[in-house]
Amino acid sequence: MKLNFMKYKYFYFLISALFLIPCLFSLVSWSLEPAIDFSGGSILEIKDPDLAVNKNKLEEVVKSQGLEQASIKQSGEGGFILRMKEIDKDKKEEILEEARKEFDQIKEVRFETVGPTIGQELIRKTVVAVLLAAGFILVYLTLRFKDKKYGVCALLAMFHDTFILIGVFSLLGHFFDVKVDTLFVTAVLTILSFSVHDTIVVYDRIRESIRLKPKAEFEDLVNKAVAETLTRSVNNSMTIIFMLLCLYLLGGQTIKWFIFALLVGTILGTYSSTFTAAPLLVVWEDLKAKKE
Amino acid sequence: MKSRQSRKILWFILSLTFICLLIDLPKSLPLKFNLGRIKIDQTISWPQLNFSLGPFKFKRSLEVKKGLDLQGGTHLVLEAEMAGISQEEKETALESARNIVSRRVNLYGVSEPVIQTIRSEGKYRIIVELPGIKNVNQAIDLIGQTAKLDFRELKEDRRASPSAALITDFQPTDLTGANLKKAEVQFSQQTGDPVIGLQFDEQGADKFSEITSRNIDHQLAIFLDDLPLTAPTVKEAITTGQAMISGDFTLDQAKNLAIQLNAGALPVPLKVVEQKTIGATLGEESVKKSLQAGLIGLLMVVLFMIAVYGFLGFLADIALVIYGLITLALYKLIPVTLTLPGIAGFILSVGMAVDSNILIFERMKEERWMGKPLSVAMELGFGRAWDSIKDANLCTLITCFVLFNPFNWGFLNTSGMIRGFALTLALGIGVSLFTGIVVTRTLIRTFYHPREKRPKK
Repeated sequence: MKLNFMKYKYFYFLISALFLIPCLFSLVSWSLEPAIDFSGGSILEIKDPDLAVNKNKLEEVVKSQGLEQASIKQSGEGGFILRMKEIDKDKKEEILEEARKEFDQIKEVRFETVGPTIGQELIRKTVVAVLLAAGFILVYLTLRFKDKKYGVCALLAMFHDTFILIGVFSLLGHFFDVKVDTLFVTAVLTILSFSVHDTIVVYDRIRESIRLKPKAEFEDLVNKAVAETLTRSVNNSMTIIFMLLCLYLLGGQTIKWFIFALLVGTILGTYSSTFTAAPLLVVWEDLKAKKE
Repeated sequence: MKSRQSRKILWFILSLTFICLLIDLPKSLPLKFNLGRIKIDQTISWPQLNFSLGPFKFKRSLEVKKGLDLQGGTHLVLEAEMAGISQEEKETALESARNIVSRRVNLYGVSEPVIQTIRSEGKYRIIVELPGIKNVNQAIDLIGQTAKLDFRELKEDRRASPSAALITDFQPTDLTGANLKKAEVQFSQQTGDPVIGLQFDEQGADKFSEITSRNIDHQLAIFLDDLPLTAPTVKEAITTGQAMISGDFTLDQAKNLAIQLNAGALPVPLKVVEQKTIGATLGEESVKKSLQAGLIGLLMVVLFMIAVYGFLGFLADIALVIYGLITLALYKLIPVTLTLPGIAGFILSVGMAVDSNILIFERMKEERWMGKPLSVAMELGFGRAWDSIKDANLCTLITCFVLFNPFNWGFLNTSGMIRGFALTLALGIGVSLFTGIVVTRTLIRTFYHPREKRPKK
């Protein structure tokens, strides 16, 4: 039995497009919901062991402190998260003091405040980090495979995954108010490396097949390599997905979206190494043949 | 030949595992059980590692260090306002500011604070991490203050007293850090010992000259933040504005004193640009949940491997357990500060550790299908999979490198969270290359002999 994977390469691209287009649309129209890590601002998380805190009352207290833009969200039992523009610790104490007049048992769980310049810097640095890592990987792959098409196609697949991942969070941000923070940046960078990791295994197989049968059709070789690596690819991703799924379902609230990003990214990375990165190579070769 | 070598490796792996196990055990282990008539009720505790080998000092308490997000605490980023400082003195000023921050933090008795300076896009910052401190607000107020340096002389009625002077015996003069231009370590021309040279501005030189002339043979103390730094005795009136403090300083002491004096000479206001305070309970909850989830996930991976690869999978699982033991031991030895992203990095690296084995086993299966005998298939499987494993893991290491930013490049991140993640992931890859290949191969060579016998070579 021989499956001809590459016969349907344009179908795979169509699937990718079906994901890419809504992501692009969402990114262009709604962008991402930045957490205070990026936008600057303050977060105050409080907890009331008596469960007496009433959201409307709390809102009044906060607004009376001149923070009309503050948003208040319930988090677990008796817990509330306040997001507002940047305030310093003295202002925070004032708010807490006011709030304690109403509910005297309130405890401060977490307070974060980030100046606006820090956030801008973080974005710039992340972009630099991505480009730098991509550059290094391109150089490494070109050296190892002695052909630039492998490096370029691996990176295209990598950006395909990253882009969809960011797009998914743009959609989540718009519809479910999910915010991207430093942890999300970490997740994106991880997926970047995972995507390349998975792609290389497939490419490595292609290279080996070429060495064994230098005369064979390139498309057939890619086909063979994909068929040979698919079990490994799926099995390996399953182990990572098991781990992540457990963390997502049972892990703490603070890392929930981080794990979700990793989960989406792992699935994307597994899909793209077989159904994006490999067909891209075939298309590359086809185009080269046509040119000649 | 091969089997003798692999037996040696097996012993090496076994002893390594045992050592790691010892390191991994909690610091004190209550032991309580009945063995027939013998009752055992003891607490075994391990001493902390403490030895020096030539110039290397090695001291570890063998506990996993927890980051602020796990144990609770305050993370502060202070920005130094360098407007009034000339370009060449900015580094000195930052170093002094860092020093004074750490002096103040120590006053609070915070255990294991982290204080580091960071230059980022032309900005000078100090990062302060205070684990588990209660009255954060007070601490921040104190830390953020601009350093205050002044010179104090003995009160009139104390000058004649033969007993050693107390802090309260000194009274302020009009000479302060504002008049001090610079302090630096010099070497005495007579003895070659390290001394501290002080340089005053014009106004300061006048004041200093006046103060020294009326305090000859008396102590003149220098106070930083109202606490005495040093109290040298004036030998003669100094009119040039260039003074020298000599004493039995070691070079380090002299350097340290100069840095602290400079904190007063080059005062930089510090502004809090980022503050994150995490309650201890939130951290505790996260740790517990993440660990629990990690263990369940690990169990699923173990079962999955056995389900798919049978006995081979079981051997890979043993390698995975050894992987876990070595990694934990490394966390304790290096030591790695564990944060939530760090835990995630560890979990991801578990996935990658298993990947090496899956790659190898799939390869073995293929070779077997082609009709090769098991032992050949095994060696070929390892050999052929190695290329993929190497390339794939190296690319991940490259990303880790960029994320960890080991050279503190200003254009890359220096965030502790991202670094923690990169470090645990990179360590995991390193260890997994060892366990996934060396350990698994040795285990298979030793224990895996289904049906057919190994052909002799």
